[in-house]
Amino acid sequence: MILQALILTLRLAVVVSALLLVIGLPLAYWLAFSRWRWKFLCEAIVSLPIVLPPTVLGFYVLVAIGPLSPFGRWYQALTGHGLAFTFGGLVVGSVLYSLPFAVQPMAASFSALDRKLLDASSLLGASRWRTFWRIVLPLGLPGVLTGIVLSFAHTLGEFGVVLMIGGNIPGATQTVSILIYDQVQALDYVTANRTALLLLSLCFVLLAILYGLRRRSAWGLWDWK
Amino acid sequence: MRRPLVSFMVLLFLAHLALAQELTVAAAADLNYALKDLAAQYQKKTGTAVTLSFGSSGNLFSQIQNGAPYDLFFSADEDYPKRLAAAGLVENGSLRTYAVGHLVLWVRNGMGLDRSHQIADILLQPSIQRIAIANPQTAPYGRAAMSALEHLGLKDKVASKLVFGENVSQAAQFAQSGNAQAGLIPLSLALAPSMKDAGSYWELPPDSYPELRQGVVIIAASKHKKAAQAFLDYVTSAEGSAVLRQYGFRIPDSR
Repeated sequence: MILQALILTLRLAVVVSALLLVIGLPLAYWLAFSRWRWKFLCEAIVSLPIVLPPTVLGFYVLVAIGPLSPFGRWYQALTGHGLAFTFGGLVVGSVLYSLPFAVQPMAASFSALDRKLLDASSLLGASRWRTFWRIVLPLGLPGVLTGIVLSFAHTLGEFGVVLMIGGNIPGATQTVSILIYDQVQALDYVTANRTALLLLSLCFVLLAILYGLRRRSAWGLWDWK
Repeated sequence: MRRPLVSFMVLLFLAHLALAQELTVAAAADLNYALKDLAAQYQKKTGTAVTLSFGSSGNLFSQIQNGAPYDLFFSADEDYPKRLAAAGLVENGSLRTYAVGHLVLWVRNGMGLDRSHQIADILLQPSIQRIAIANPQTAPYGRAAMSALEHLGLKDKVASKLVFGENVSQAAQFAQSGNAQAGLIPLSLALAPSMKDAGSYWELPPDSYPELRQGVVIIAASKHKKAAQAFLDYVTSAEGSAVLRQYGFRIPDSR
């Protein structure tokens, strides 16, 4: 039971942080370098999940992926089953919920880059694409890695959104945080303690590795702040 | 600038004192609409404000065990109140059975089902991909749903279709929003305005699950025991019982 929930949670965190890397990089790049006058509105939207309670997000996601919305009906027609109460549904909710945790560090490290380097790169004839891969990404790497680690950790600890759209199915949507909630409610404090301790140790090890690497500056310019 | 601030603070403090006079009630989620009606009528009649906290009975039970500041606890079974009584956490002799609940199968409109369909057939239909029930670990109605499924010989056949709400309200919401195509929920929720028009329900045979006798107790740590007793008397009065009957509850003869 615990192992099943743990594997599910890790799988969710890996999938979500991988997706957020793909979505977050272009989004962060655009946020860092665009000169569009309404850009601040997009920045506000990206940051919304930080301030919104998970219930707001969970509620809208549940309605959006349900058969009452065009998207929900389209998905149902395409796959033959609804998105709610499935792993895919959790991925959708978690990607939205963890989006700012991936995008903000990435965008911050990109905007902190020395523009002269970018100008030099384009003066020397490099395309934007090449400049991104050769200059922006290597120099912004610390922020990118922070973004991935944060979104991974944030997904591990996610509770509210999963509670609202998951349906608590062991092996499919019952993450560790939900399992702990269940065990506490069932007054099974011994098992709850064991599960909670496991998650706590896992998170501690993850963060210890992160800060350990940062201390040794294994990733060069880690201290982008 | 200081005066308005001070008077505002005093006002807040007075408001806090006034609020302290009201009752705080923990109630099983199947009472969501019925008890709201009762509380509103009671406030109109007596002026006593009743603050309601809904949850699964098991969740509320563990909150009370850990010292949650409720005056009354309306459970969806008799077991949790009895366990609280055994632990000395409730007022002696306050336990009363205020209602007997019913379990129904609720299906959203547009699934092409009518009265001629049997409950077992509906649950086994391929178009019914998800069946929402309350978490049997903490919700008496979730346990009733599990034993009804077992009684109908469907437990293993529909096991992969089940999704679990945190309490009966969430199970009803899963079904109402269409994310689950069916739900095994209390009759009292199926009769709620937002559910009544959105779908139809089939009552499960009463012998398919243990009778859902619902008990209420006054919490021993309550500072408003008289007010709590008065509200309890109102709920179990003829007037209160009439409201409970509207929501599909049966009123037990002996209590």
